Amino acid sequence: MFEVVAQGEGPLFRDPDADKAREFFRHKKRSLVNKVTSVKEAVDLFVHDEDYLSIGGLGTNRIPTAVCHEIVRQKKKNLIIAGHTSTHDFQILAAGEVFNRCDIAYIIGLEARGLSPNAWRYMESGKVQCCEWTNYSLALRFKAAAMGISFLPGRSVMGTDTFKHSAAKVVQCPYTGQLYCLFPALWPDVSAIHVHEADIYGNARLKGITVADLELARASKHLIVTCERLIRNEEIRNDPSSTAIPYYLVDAVCEVPYGSYPGNMPYEYFSDEEHLKLWMEMEKNPEKFKKFLDQYIYGTKDFNEYLELCGGIQRLNELRAQEHLIELNGKE
Amino acid sequence: MTDYNTMEMMIIAAARNLEDGATVGVGTGAPCAASMLAQKTHAPKLVIMFEAGGISPLLPTMPISVGDSRTFYKGVMASGMCDIMETAQRGMVDYTFLGGAQIDMYGNLNSTVIGDWHRPKVRFPGSGGANDFASFCWRIMVITPQDRKRFVEKVSFITTPGYLDGPGARERAGLPAHTGPYKVITNMAILGYDEKTRRMRVESIHQGYTIEQVQENCGFPLLKAQQIIKTPLPTKDELEILRNQVDPNRYIIGR
Repeated sequence: MFEVVAQGEGPLFRDPDADKAREFFRHKKRSLVNKVTSVKEAVDLFVHDEDYLSIGGLGTNRIPTAVCHEIVRQKKKNLIIAGHTSTHDFQILAAGEVFNRCDIAYIIGLEARGLSPNAWRYMESGKVQCCEWTNYSLALRFKAAAMGISFLPGRSVMGTDTFKHSAAKVVQCPYTGQLYCLFPALWPDVSAIHVHEADIYGNARLKGITVADLELARASKHLIVTCERLIRNEEIRNDPSSTAIPYYLVDAVCEVPYGSYPGNMPYEYFSDEEHLKLWMEMEKNPEKFKKFLDQYIYGTKDFNEYLELCGGIQRLNELRAQEHLIELNGKE
Repeated sequence: MTDYNTMEMMIIAAARNLEDGATVGVGTGAPCAASMLAQKTHAPKLVIMFEAGGISPLLPTMPISVGDSRTFYKGVMASGMCDIMETAQRGMVDYTFLGGAQIDMYGNLNSTVIGDWHRPKVRFPGSGGANDFASFCWRIMVITPQDRKRFVEKVSFITTPGYLDGPGARERAGLPAHTGPYKVITNMAILGYDEKTRRMRVESIHQGYTIEQVQENCGFPLLKAQQIIKTPLPTKDELEILRNQVDPNRYIIGR
């Protein structure tokens, strides 16, 4: 049908066959059952060595930090990850060296904060096999998967070295003759998304920008949802237009208050820039960083302990005030 | 005359290039500061869009991330990445504002690797949304300080498309027609592109710099516009708004 005009030489880590994906989703459970569990158990059950993993939110915003920590704590290995809108989440996963393959849109950096020294070392170590993409093209790969089709066309990436090192293909439009870049569907084995509210079945709501999470939730074979708070199913049913993720996509629901810390959670709390700086500072020296990880991740049994180490309720209250633009220290 | 630093000059020069009512896709840092400054001076109806979904916020403070809650504070919509990028792909975003580790004479940007991709000397973050914005938005603006390490004959890796290898190359590659690099704002000058050759040219030089200095700090020969002007000095108003309202903590202008 389409003649391939050009193709990238990057590796395709997962099969984009839509019929195989349908076969999986045919058997995915749809029953309305209580899925509330601990982060520890959710990661133990749904994240396996060699899995393709994707993390929701945007790097330091509405991220499922507790799941990232637990994946490191449980020493998962040889994961493939989507370096999509990833920053602090990537930093955590790189600290645990849990992945050895990566689809890259944006990695290593923490935007205006600079580059993570440890993630940088890890990516330059030669231990990670890479494929290049862009933010939109990776989002389109999730969108294609969510639609149940094997690719979607787009008009970026073409003409660049990013294309050369991707697994995209360029074809001619049968209607207009124009060139389009095709992006293969990507069905992650497991994803984790942090939201504001969910019921025990997994019906989930979020506030603010959705980033690529609506697509990601629908593309993922397994989905762990962490939420700021559990709500009753009745609340979901009284306002169904607010539901972003329906329960049948979800495998585990974990209530993790402040679950995006040290990231920002819109309308709840701002990012902890001091703590993010501490990560960057510790990472400069591998010995110090090892101790830091021992104390903050390997040495904590769960996310609550981490929050306590980082200043607990007092610090979190400051971040709540910051999010709501409330000046705590005098002035007006 | 008023005292100002080079970052302030760059942000002010960039802000002046955004007209009222235009749409602009921005990242954090200097591009965001320039857009905020334009919004608070001559372009109150400038529509700022962030790739993660924020549409037309009234930025209360400078965002730290393209997805933090400031990027949709009092905005008209909190949307998502596909919607923003597809709005640009549809042709509704006038400008994008980017940075980059390296830039060449055709405005191609590298933010992926220095050296060979397979065994890179230095690995950088990659495209993020830059390749997409630069493919879709009508005009690409870049803010970056100027030196021979950044302005190179040939970038190690084209992460984000400029005019690729010259006139017509974007269209031949399949990118949307009539899009491409527009201005590069540096600490020394405002550079544009020659319509025939699509090569970078000097259009305006900031006060205190000479054309020789601009050329010395560039790794390839720059063309010259027919008339090269002196960039007007930052005004008192521009500096005050930038320092007091846009970046009071000096996150960007203190660099």
